[in-house]
Amino acid sequence: MISQFFILSSKGDPLIYKDFRGDSGGRDVAELFYRKLTGLPGDESPVVMVTIGGSGHHDDRHFIHIRHSGLYLVATTSENISPFSLLELLSRLATLLGDYCGSLGEATISRNVALVYELLDEVLDYGYVQTTSTEVLRNFIQTEAVVSKPFSLFDLSSVGLFGAETQQSKVAPSSAASRPVLSSRSDQSQKNEVFLDVVERLSVLIASNGSLLKVDVQGEIRLKSFLPSGSEMRIGLTEEFCVGKSELRGYGPGIRVDEVSFHSSVYLDEFESHRILRLQPPQGELTVMRYQLSDDLPSPLPFRLFPSVQWDRGSGRLQVYLKLRCDLPPKSQALNVRLHLPLPRGVVSLSQELSSPEQKAELGEGALRWDLPRVQGGSQLSGLFQMDVPGLPGPPGQGPSASAPLGLGPASLSFELPRHTCSGLQVRFLRLASRPCGNANPHKWVRHLSHSDAYVIRI
Amino acid sequence: MPYLGSEDVVKELKKALCNPHIQADRLRYRGVIQRVIRMSKLDQWGQAEVLNFLLRYQPRSEEELFDILNLLDSFLKSSSPGVVMGATKLFLILAKKFPHVQTDVLMQVKGPLLAACSSESRELCFAALCHVRQILHSLPGHFSSHYKKFFCSYSEPHYIKLQKVEVLCELVNDENVQQVLEELRGYCTDVSADFAQAAIFAIGGIARTYTDQCVQILTELLGLRQEHITTVVVQTFRDLVWLCPQCTEAVCQALPGCEENIQDSEGKQALIWLLGVHGKRIPNAPYVLEDFIENVKSETFPAVKMELLTAVLRLFLSRPAECQDMLGRLLHYCIEEEKDMAVRDRGLFYYRLLLAGIDEVKQILCSPKSDPSLRLLEDQAERPVNSWALDFNTLVPVYGKTRWATISKCQGVEHHGPELPNTAAFPTSGPLIPEENKERVQELPDSGVLMLIPSHQLTAECFEKTWLSLKVAHQQVFPWQGAVHPDTLQMALQVVNIQTIAMSRAGTQPWKAYLSAQDDTGCLFLTELLLEPANLQMQILVKQSEARTEALKRFISVLETVIGTIADIKS
Repeated sequence: MISQFFILSSKGDPLIYKDFRGDSGGRDVAELFYRKLTGLPGDESPVVMVTIGGSGHHDDRHFIHIRHSGLYLVATTSENISPFSLLELLSRLATLLGDYCGSLGEATISRNVALVYELLDEVLDYGYVQTTSTEVLRNFIQTEAVVSKPFSLFDLSSVGLFGAETQQSKVAPSSAASRPVLSSRSDQSQKNEVFLDVVERLSVLIASNGSLLKVDVQGEIRLKSFLPSGSEMRIGLTEEFCVGKSELRGYGPGIRVDEVSFHSSVYLDEFESHRILRLQPPQGELTVMRYQLSDDLPSPLPFRLFPSVQWDRGSGRLQVYLKLRCDLPPKSQALNVRLHLPLPRGVVSLSQELSSPEQKAELGEGALRWDLPRVQGGSQLSGLFQMDVPGLPGPPGQGPSASAPLGLGPASLSFELPRHTCSGLQVRFLRLASRPCGNANPHKWVRHLSHSDAYVIRI
Repeated sequence: MPYLGSEDVVKELKKALCNPHIQADRLRYRGVIQRVIRMSKLDQWGQAEVLNFLLRYQPRSEEELFDILNLLDSFLKSSSPGVVMGATKLFLILAKKFPHVQTDVLMQVKGPLLAACSSESRELCFAALCHVRQILHSLPGHFSSHYKKFFCSYSEPHYIKLQKVEVLCELVNDENVQQVLEELRGYCTDVSADFAQAAIFAIGGIARTYTDQCVQILTELLGLRQEHITTVVVQTFRDLVWLCPQCTEAVCQALPGCEENIQDSEGKQALIWLLGVHGKRIPNAPYVLEDFIENVKSETFPAVKMELLTAVLRLFLSRPAECQDMLGRLLHYCIEEEKDMAVRDRGLFYYRLLLAGIDEVKQILCSPKSDPSLRLLEDQAERPVNSWALDFNTLVPVYGKTRWATISKCQGVEHHGPELPNTAAFPTSGPLIPEENKERVQELPDSGVLMLIPSHQLTAECFEKTWLSLKVAHQQVFPWQGAVHPDTLQMALQVVNIQTIAMSRAGTQPWKAYLSAQDDTGCLFLTELLLEPANLQMQILVKQSEARTEALKRFISVLETVIGTIADIKS
């Protein structure tokens, strides 16, 4: 049960404010929230904050918020409610607003204020959730979304459909499909589209001797459907897909994940035999399947880093030679690769020799940043970095040593791997049972993407 | 009412959970409850809501309980974390008498919790981490094999890193200690000073169990000569030698040289304390302290000066020749020039103590140097799952127990503060029982047994207020002979979770006592005991905050038993 809901821009300007119960102060809570957020002591978490009312009872509130594409979505409540449900509700609201307004962002929200209020009215009643299903809601929502520019397929291709140029944002490339789900009823032809994304997040920890300490893959199959609801579709996954450690399927090692959970609208009658998910998705975005895989990856890791460190304690000269090998198949490539290497305090100068001109390296915030916009599979890149660390103490009079000084490393990599899944899971087919509306063949887009969550290499 | 499906469903639910008539009819109630549980068309919000409602339901038999648990089992596998956590809470509460069921549920919820911990949503991740910590308090080994999931990545926000470090510190065991320490050591040189310090404190926490490895890491960190690191390491050392005396030698060897890199008050205090208490083993201790004395005039923190006084005096006891001169200078400064009264008084105190003779000083200052009784991590009492089951999936773990306590205290003050009456004296006699009172007593369904809450604490003001506002619900007279021993009575009452608010001293005539207790439904029982020596009987007045005769009867029988027992002992 929530008392108020509001959306703030990243600068703290209230965009949307809605009071559901009228049991707590006025609009100034939004301002109060932002003040608290910015003035929070370092050791407290901003996710849940409390404000004790000045006078009278029922004036103290808990703020619970999520950050989503630069916006703060905040709910206040005076009850001791389940944080999980509330956070889930907030992210569901974010998805819902995205569905209706195209993409979620400051500009789209302020263009569609009326629509957002209408949605909130329907989703929440007196602070209780009524429904968050796009399906049910579309019967009640009258306002049309205002989109910045008319949508056309040509635009789609220019923004790089297959995740080719999704920027550093860790969001799935579904931004390519950013337009309202429920666009006007007249242009039927544009509605027949389905986007299916297999997105994996990879977190890896490699010890200084190169041995693998931790691999963790969090995968999701996300569906964004513009088809009318109720149209059945079948998603065929790789047949060698097995769940749990013991199960064995197909020839060879198979594609194994530890745990799978499905959306409640998925029928699993064909899953056991043919690895087919059958579902009747509502319009809008939904996560069809989530899976996790740890410790045992079928394919080699995408990147290996071979560092060598020369440290002359006497002169304070630190030389770091980094060799980065990309072990992807030769046809694949990694994009937006960035290496982040924390350095000891007091590093003053940096001289660099990089293996190709498009790379960039610079110092900032006590760390070295090495940007590689594009790395082809099977290639090897290197960088030689020399730094002066005058302040770094140590027993003087020793020659160059190979041991790294404290404070150097660990190196972290961030990257995107379009058309590649680390678990090896692929969508074999996406089949629509019946052709909706008798219109032209619906467009089906299937995309695969892996990106790094934390890819850490100790030095 | 949230949207829970069609009209019928809502009607059914309301019937089941709100209507006392149906609740009274066990069979019907049970049937409805089971139908509610089986409702298939609920979306995740509806499910979460139903689970919340079901918390109010108390199955009467074991069989029914397991029936319900079986029906709800599928909720534990839901893809929505909110539903999974709601179901977990319900399981934990329903199965409060079956620890193995609880452990089983916590095993099942491990997967979803870990998934949430590595979720893309930072906020969800944070909430999950807080709950992981909550579980770890009771089951320290629960997540030990998954320690790698709690390693931090540099891009994570600060609050998540801090939580993860806490979790790592709590799940450490023989198998993963090496890896966890290696990871934590990496954090100690983090760019963010706060995070680095948190990591060092975490290593200090682990050091209580795995002393040698940790002390070695901490000693290495001193080599960095970074102010913010050195100060925290020295503070950790201070706490450590107090808890684990066996590492004193290693710490003493690491200390020389630290003083150059400590500027803040906390770090200085820790270093001075160490030099004072263990100065015997640190060769240059007097000279370091002497430097501090030289600069005492420019020292801004009184606490550091106090610490310095004590440390120099302690060191003087073990190394008199080197310290006599500087102790004299320090005392002179503190008594003659110091403006802070506390420091001055402390100086004077030590001066007079020294006048009394060196043996007296030794007797007073040479206290034990360590307290190994607090040593091991494992020794910390494991809290039973039932102590936090009610808080699971609420905001309490997210805020943390201590912050939540302050929050609810503030709220309590807000709500009750202004209403408290200002009267000082207790009522001298309880009001008489009005006849019509008995008719107003409403019959409400009661749970089978009376459970008095052990932690119940009522302040005297609250008691007085409530006492005055309530009517007498029960009056009774017990036979009694002789005087009362208040201590015995109070102890006996405590055993049955009845709190004593006030009591006359032994031998007072007439003798009176005021008691209070609360049962698990929140009903308060306030009692006055009155002993008139002439009558050879004890008069009991009971007042109740909610009129429920069943509970009242049971409370009285409890009270009767206690008083009867005491009377038996006396006679």
